[in-house]
Amino acid sequence: MSVILIFLAGLASIIIWWMAQQRLTSKPWLEAGRASEISAITRSPLPTAKIGLGVFLAVVGALFTLFISAYFMRMGLQDWWAIPLPSVLWANTAALVISSVALEKAKSSALQNDASTMKLALLISFATAIGFLLGQAFAWRELVSAGYVLADNPANSFFYMITGMHGLHILGGLLVLGRTTLRVWQNETPGHAQLSIDLCAMYWHFMLIVWLIIFALFAGWANDFVEICRQLLS
Amino acid sequence: MVNIPSSINDPIPPAEVEDVELYHPHSWWTTYVFSQDAKVIAIQYSLTAIAIGLVALVLSWLMRLQLGFPGVFTFIDADRYYQFITMHGMIMVIYLLTALFLGGFGNYLIPLMLGARDMVFPYANMLSYWIYLLAVLVLVAGFFAPGGPTGAGWTLYPPQAVLSGTPGGQDWGIILMLSSLILFIIGFTMGGLNYVVTVLQGRARGMTLMRMPLTIWGIFTATVMALLAFPALFVASVMMLFDRVLGTSFFMPAIAEMGAQLQYGGGSPILFQHLFWFFGHPEVYIVALPAFGIVSDLISVHARKNIFGYRMMVWAIVVIGALSFVVWAHHMYVSGMNPNFGFFFATTTLIIAVPTAIKVYNWVLTLWRGDIHLTIPMLFALGFIVTFVNGGLTGLFLGNVVVDVPLSDTMFVVAHFHMVMGVAPIMVIFGAIYHWYPKITGRMLDETMGRVHFWVTFLGAYLIFFPMHYLGLLGAPRRYHEIGESVVNPPSAHDLNVFITVMALIVGAAQILFLFNAAWSLRRGKDAGGNPWRATTLEWQTPTTPPPHGNFGKELPVVYRWAYDYSVPGAPEDFIPQNEPDPEHRSREHAT
Repeated sequence: MSVILIFLAGLASIIIWWMAQQRLTSKPWLEAGRASEISAITRSPLPTAKIGLGVFLAVVGALFTLFISAYFMRMGLQDWWAIPLPSVLWANTAALVISSVALEKAKSSALQNDASTMKLALLISFATAIGFLLGQAFAWRELVSAGYVLADNPANSFFYMITGMHGLHILGGLLVLGRTTLRVWQNETPGHAQLSIDLCAMYWHFMLIVWLIIFALFAGWANDFVEICRQLLS
Repeated sequence: MVNIPSSINDPIPPAEVEDVELYHPHSWWTTYVFSQDAKVIAIQYSLTAIAIGLVALVLSWLMRLQLGFPGVFTFIDADRYYQFITMHGMIMVIYLLTALFLGGFGNYLIPLMLGARDMVFPYANMLSYWIYLLAVLVLVAGFFAPGGPTGAGWTLYPPQAVLSGTPGGQDWGIILMLSSLILFIIGFTMGGLNYVVTVLQGRARGMTLMRMPLTIWGIFTATVMALLAFPALFVASVMMLFDRVLGTSFFMPAIAEMGAQLQYGGGSPILFQHLFWFFGHPEVYIVALPAFGIVSDLISVHARKNIFGYRMMVWAIVVIGALSFVVWAHHMYVSGMNPNFGFFFATTTLIIAVPTAIKVYNWVLTLWRGDIHLTIPMLFALGFIVTFVNGGLTGLFLGNVVVDVPLSDTMFVVAHFHMVMGVAPIMVIFGAIYHWYPKITGRMLDETMGRVHFWVTFLGAYLIFFPMHYLGLLGAPRRYHEIGESVVNPPSAHDLNVFITVMALIVGAAQILFLFNAAWSLRRGKDAGGNPWRATTLEWQTPTTPPPHGNFGKELPVVYRWAYDYSVPGAPEDFIPQNEPDPEHRSREHAT
């Protein structure tokens, strides 16, 4: 459970940082005021949707962190052997990276009001993300045909479960990205689509980071790191 | 209070954000059924939660009948008894208390108390309710599935939860339960995002965080906690569903059943307990914090006095919320753990008593020399304080490892958590309903019926749960279908069980009076007017009651003060609404 506690500690520091700016030490009973004293800014200048997505990503982060916590705790038990990673996962990683980069490009071209580049970038991002999902399905098939089925070993079970969960999140993102792309192709102005593209990019980068972490996890690179942490703790 | 004074001398800075574009429903369906208005969603959430809560109430009756009169009601066999326990616990904790406090009161009060037109993401808010309803239906489907609902206990501990010895373990019961939980969490996340982001972004001008009523602070903090804690239950449910349906061994150790070796092997039931309680303990405070917040407001309004130590109250809510994430293993003392861990978790558990005690002192000090009106909301609020202190004190017993080990799995634990997490929040829920019903419907609930309801419920709850502590100390185990005569169950203890059962029947029946009152007053209640309690918070300052779509007429209110200006010296009335500018300042400005 230490992984989730570290995650929550990180989140707590963000919350504390935010709260520190909210005048929590003020004495509201002494501050009955008049209108002109009312600050025009009671909320964040960020768009509400962005804050909403940020909060949602914190929840998604907690979800994956808990899966990873469970992974490490289960890993310590006797019957564990690691799963070989199909090489197609490298290609999938590349596809997801391209998808993320393309969205970033779409974002900047929307800012510059460059509609044609934006459309192309969105399309590339959408296509590569679908490519990622297909690649993941291919990786599953490869593992199954090599005899690494779901219930054989906890490492297999975790692999299918966590990649499946990540895939579902990508799929959900694809729905939104698809909708945005469609709207842009129906000639919505870049200015209008700006926020939607921003949000998609934010989500995409986050899911890319999640994927890199779980990829490292299954490749076993994280193990040494965890081992060091364990020794530090004990 | 309806019109916001805005003369030339009193310039209000322009809103930095455009007024939200409200979704305006066009048909009966989108107004009352698939509504995106938080107030309608709140009522939908509340009615659904209360309806399923009544099912859980009947289940508790059945359990008590079995305990009081073992062998008389033959249809309550051991399997059914366990199914009743499980469904009662799960419904009460999650589908009633969580849904009612956050989905019900959260939806109704957050936009109104903050001076917003609606939640920030109304569509997701609507989806949240419908997914919640689906979760409830899936849960109820368990009663009709072959083999009935799961009987694994509300904690659903593996391996027993998915074995054939447990009712529903190898049938549909456990699958439906886990699916329902997963749905609930998805639905809640949609709603929870709304509550949090509305508090962050939807506040009226002038409504700084430190001017928010404590109700909002409680709901806000509880929602943040729920958003971070429910994923743990989600992960545990998904993994157990994999174990049960797909044959993985996340939680399932090598195990033989009926002489046959099962295909499972190597899994860790303790892992499930960690995940479950990582959700389960914050859950206690997810229910308690909104109750803390609401009760602070009830006491302040009905004692006509500002809340004592507002800042401390806010900080205590936040500190309790943070601490509750590092105490989960105190539910696992008897599961076996490193003694150092036990020591750590006992310490953190007892530390929570400090901010909690601060809150209790502040409530009492708010009452001190207040102008206490013993209205029904106030009665329930007072009932809450007493009950919460009682339940909290036994919590100090159980938080210690050495005391917990012998008392664990006895009726003492049952009595403890029913006092602190059952009766106490329910007191607040009733108080809140009596308090806000006039705003929701425009009519008062009947006073006489309300008083009878309060006294029967309050005294009855004590008559049920006080003797249960004693039974627990005798050693009477919980979760036993039939104890029989033994050292832990002498004839005197059996008489006590009969007494508890009779009391439970009476208290349960008193709730019918409440429901009747709510239905009767809807048409025939006394007209409430806009602000019957003469309260300061914004929901009482709406132009019409019940508040219309969009809450506040043409212009949103502007907030000039905190929520607790009661009995201010020199003020013409004993309360000053939050949207009333300071008269001194105003006159000074007029003079210049």
